[in-house]
Amino acid sequence: MGLQLTAADRAMLAGEEGEGVALAMRVLVATAEAMGAGRLLDIESAHVDGCLYHGPSGLDFARALVDGGARVRVPTTLNVSSLDLLHPELVRLDRRAADEAKALMDAYVALGCRPTWTCAPYQLPERPRLGSQIAWGESNAIVFANSVLGARTERYGDFLDICAAVTGRAPEVGLHTDEGRRASLVVRADGLTDALAANEALYPLLGHVLGRVADTRVAAITGLPPSTGEDHLKALGAAAASAGSVAMFHAVGSTPEAPTLDELADLEAVTVTAAMLEQARIELGGADGAEIDAVCVGTPHYSSRELERLRSLLDGRRCRLPLYVNTSRAALDDFGRGPELEACGVRIVTDTCTYITPILAPGTEVVMTDSAKWAYYAPANLGVRVVFGSTKDCVESAVAGEAVITW
Amino acid sequence: MVTTLVAGYGRGPVLRLDEPLSFWGGVDTATGVIVDRHHPQAGETVTAKVLVMAHSRGSSSTSSVIAEMVRAETAPAAVVLLDRDPVIVLGAVVARELYGRAMPVVVVDADRYERVAAFRFAEVLPGAVREVGHTISSEMHG
Repeated sequence: MGLQLTAADRAMLAGEEGEGVALAMRVLVATAEAMGAGRLLDIESAHVDGCLYHGPSGLDFARALVDGGARVRVPTTLNVSSLDLLHPELVRLDRRAADEAKALMDAYVALGCRPTWTCAPYQLPERPRLGSQIAWGESNAIVFANSVLGARTERYGDFLDICAAVTGRAPEVGLHTDEGRRASLVVRADGLTDALAANEALYPLLGHVLGRVADTRVAAITGLPPSTGEDHLKALGAAAASAGSVAMFHAVGSTPEAPTLDELADLEAVTVTAAMLEQARIELGGADGAEIDAVCVGTPHYSSRELERLRSLLDGRRCRLPLYVNTSRAALDDFGRGPELEACGVRIVTDTCTYITPILAPGTEVVMTDSAKWAYYAPANLGVRVVFGSTKDCVESAVAGEAVITW
Repeated sequence: MVTTLVAGYGRGPVLRLDEPLSFWGGVDTATGVIVDRHHPQAGETVTAKVLVMAHSRGSSSTSSVIAEMVRAETAPAAVVLLDRDPVIVLGAVVARELYGRAMPVVVVDADRYERVAAFRFAEVLPGAVREVGHTISSEMHG
């Protein structure tokens, strides 16, 4: 049984809606066949990760779609880019790289995508509802959409997202189906409930452990405290999607499709211990005791709630160290008190993120962060060492001018 | 079973990855060197290798990095997977569309995976992965 296409799919493939749509359909069909899909399904929205510049090939592909007359046919948001269009002075890309990055962003806007420039599209007002079929790129957005919103997307790579947006179709496979969304592993955090309620930094560490033990499997986490909120689950999912290939998890008591404890009785189970979280902290940090040069928070992009929390933790105090916060222009707008943060010395970064483009001052060697994802990728991307800590400790460290770790 | 996900021909020394890899943030596009310091094969080069890996990990930008490596001629000669990984396939498919160069991608069952991983030098072609460069060659067809 190969891939069955509808008449409309075949018409797109044959170029009846232009060469851009045909190119998108060829890529979609090749991917669907490789995934073993039986057919394609309609999607309601897309989130495109391909707008971050990695080299000429990304621009060549986007321009081939534009030149072929393609347009997105479902609402489509855009992920972070290499530039901060609101604070251009922050990014130290050379002129040529910046021009290419901007050309890539322009090409995606020309395809009809919304210039949202955020890795947290689930924080925008119009987000997918429970059960909707979508095609999202960006690993943290994928895991959040599946797990917390109950929308359905596979773990797609760059290019598939825009091809799905242009054709309105995606492979009917994996996490798009009921079967693909069932838990096959239990991760017990029951013994950590009090600790998680007391220290939010444990969510990204738990996510790191989840990524290591679950890898590609859908796990059901038990024992998260009732205080667990969306921002906690965001941090957990982003960490799991960096350390592993996690595209969905269930949190019993928190997420909409979580199974009952009875349904989990026969599954393989892993009990997370405090020692496992400490090991995760060592893997993600490793520069404890070193003198820190900067502090980075907001990976994935801070929500307006988290910006407000940052403001409240700073409480008007001035930072001795550069404190960068990554957020979306929408969350910043919603928060509305950016100037108060800036008055404390906070450097607000939008549209991009401090670990994917040169923003930190030359000579920055050690950075403190509250993000497991930032901690995971920054050493290779930026050549820095990392101290991992809670948001509160990150703020206290920026104010004190040295690392403050309270656990 | 050897299932062809992206058809093409590639040959080279075998590099087995002991853990999944995110190409984005994990491989230097210009040199093909694995730079993910968490990865057991950090420091190895993927360029022109027959890369034997279960599946990719982490960032969805891995597809972009693979397409860019094919363009820059720093890509693996072929990829042999244990799982049908759309992220790897997408990079190869888009590079083939843009530049007409095919980096073959195949998926094999667990038993063959172990055997291929033990090859020193291999070639990948539609429906088959073969050990080459030795007097005694073993052959695997789909």
